[in-house]
Amino acid sequence: MGNYYQEELECASRETIVAIQNEKLVKTVKKVYENVEYYRNKMDAAGVKPEDIKSIDDLHKLPFLTKDDLRDAYPYGLMAEPLENCVRIQSTSGTTGRRVVAFYTQSDIDMWEECCARAIMAAGGTKKDVCQVCYGYGLFTGGPGLNGGSHKVGCLTLPMSSGNTDRQIQFMVDLEATILCCTPSYAAYLAESIEEKGFRDQIKLKAGIFGAEAWTEEMRRDIEKRLGIKAFDIYGLTEISGPGVSFECEEQQGMHINEDHFIAEIIDPKTGEVLPEGEVGELVFTSIDKEAFPLLRYRTKDICVLSRKPCSCGRTHVRMSKPMGRSDDMLIVKGVNVFPSQIEQVLLQQGLTSNYQIIVDREKYSDTIEVLVEMTPELFSDSVMDLSAKESEVVAGLKSMLGIYAKVRIVEPKSIVRSEGKAVRVIDRRNLYKQG
Amino acid sequence: MAIKQLSIFVENKTGSLVKCTEILAEAGVDLRAMSIADTRDFGILRIIVNNTYAAVTALKDNGFVVNMTDVVGCVMTDKPGAAGELFAALSEAGIGIKYMYAFAGKKEAYAILRVDDNTLCEKVLLEKGVKLLTPDRL
Repeated sequence: MGNYYQEELECASRETIVAIQNEKLVKTVKKVYENVEYYRNKMDAAGVKPEDIKSIDDLHKLPFLTKDDLRDAYPYGLMAEPLENCVRIQSTSGTTGRRVVAFYTQSDIDMWEECCARAIMAAGGTKKDVCQVCYGYGLFTGGPGLNGGSHKVGCLTLPMSSGNTDRQIQFMVDLEATILCCTPSYAAYLAESIEEKGFRDQIKLKAGIFGAEAWTEEMRRDIEKRLGIKAFDIYGLTEISGPGVSFECEEQQGMHINEDHFIAEIIDPKTGEVLPEGEVGELVFTSIDKEAFPLLRYRTKDICVLSRKPCSCGRTHVRMSKPMGRSDDMLIVKGVNVFPSQIEQVLLQQGLTSNYQIIVDREKYSDTIEVLVEMTPELFSDSVMDLSAKESEVVAGLKSMLGIYAKVRIVEPKSIVRSEGKAVRVIDRRNLYKQG
Repeated sequence: MAIKQLSIFVENKTGSLVKCTEILAEAGVDLRAMSIADTRDFGILRIIVNNTYAAVTALKDNGFVVNMTDVVGCVMTDKPGAAGELFAALSEAGIGIKYMYAFAGKKEAYAILRVDDNTLCEKVLLEKGVKLLTPDRL
């Protein structure tokens, strides 16, 4: 009935899935303990030996990994394979400290691409489809992941990468693309441009696979209507592999997590305690198939809910809700991870104050970020040129730190609203986490 | 001989100037000259006042960012070509004007010049027979 890439795994019984997870978890923990000194020290400190992990029921005994651990162990500290066995790195945006560099063996790449292939087929993709990938290619996992998945399915792949909207539309029309992979905001932008150019009746799209940023149910319905497609959500993170860690099926009721590769837990972000199914908490992943960069109990900071309710698509893998928020202060702007602390660092480096405010908004489905910073006597000059030069310097500093353009606006001293003496750092006007 | 000019940072929003001038009025400060440089988001209000000390104190006490700059004030005869002669003299001496503001009185015209080297600028102007404005003449 369904359109699966690996039916026997995607629709396996719960017993089979648990058996696979038990076997792979024990093996992975042993391998990590032997090869990754950083995690071995963590396990030793927690008094856990590899022998203590006999099944997934023992998973909770393992210590967590966080982004701080990735920073401390940067770049090679969490590798479980010698470098010579690796064939690729991928990385997140952000500079040292916040940047994640993940290593892949060929088998890791294959596994990741298979996950993306599952997502494409869940969206109805077959080898007869033309798959247009307009995620960025390069260090960002979006392009390479969906590109690889599209190859595995056997689609004709259009490796467009991001940007150049006119060319995107031209290829979409001329080569009759049927599946579109990009961020939801870019999909909305494409839809608008297609309407403006009057190409609406010349496109052959039937499905879209949109991820790397939060989007609402309203936005989904809008994109679906305007492009005449069914829009599917996809989730992933570079630390765990990339897009395709979980993906939506035609039910559009949460994303199936590829449980034969990743074990998901929901924890209380404050206590670290594992929460039962159906509770809202922080999503934690253990990758049990990664060779080069296997992370055990990695805290994603994404807040969501898991559901094991049977799905009409036939897939038996647990479903996760769209992330409802973050347990840290990370913002996702234009698909890029942004931490207020990165912005603060740039401001301080440039001699500005730490009295700042970040305003994130969405205009016509495209994210905007504006940084307000208070004027100081040291910064002030009687010359407009000097002040404009300073502003440009800060914009350039932010661009190099974040990888995206952020508008800078210098405001009067003490004009940034403080609540109980503490400045409100972030105003996110997008309301992305409102549940649709 | 330099004239003290005050520059005040103001955001481009209604009421900014009102607040600023009210503070000056309350402090009993008399405005002698005023100009505004604007960009999209903010403006720089530049003023010359009769009591610089009182003005700076009052503005700073009210949270404004104020900067004090020495500027050159000069007196020109109010006739066609006077400004051109002034610029030509400065240009010959290699003096660039960062910004300026000027206004004509009944017989004379006045210009406030912001340059990098005030001493040189004053020297050049004096050599050309241009009268300088002194703080007490304002």
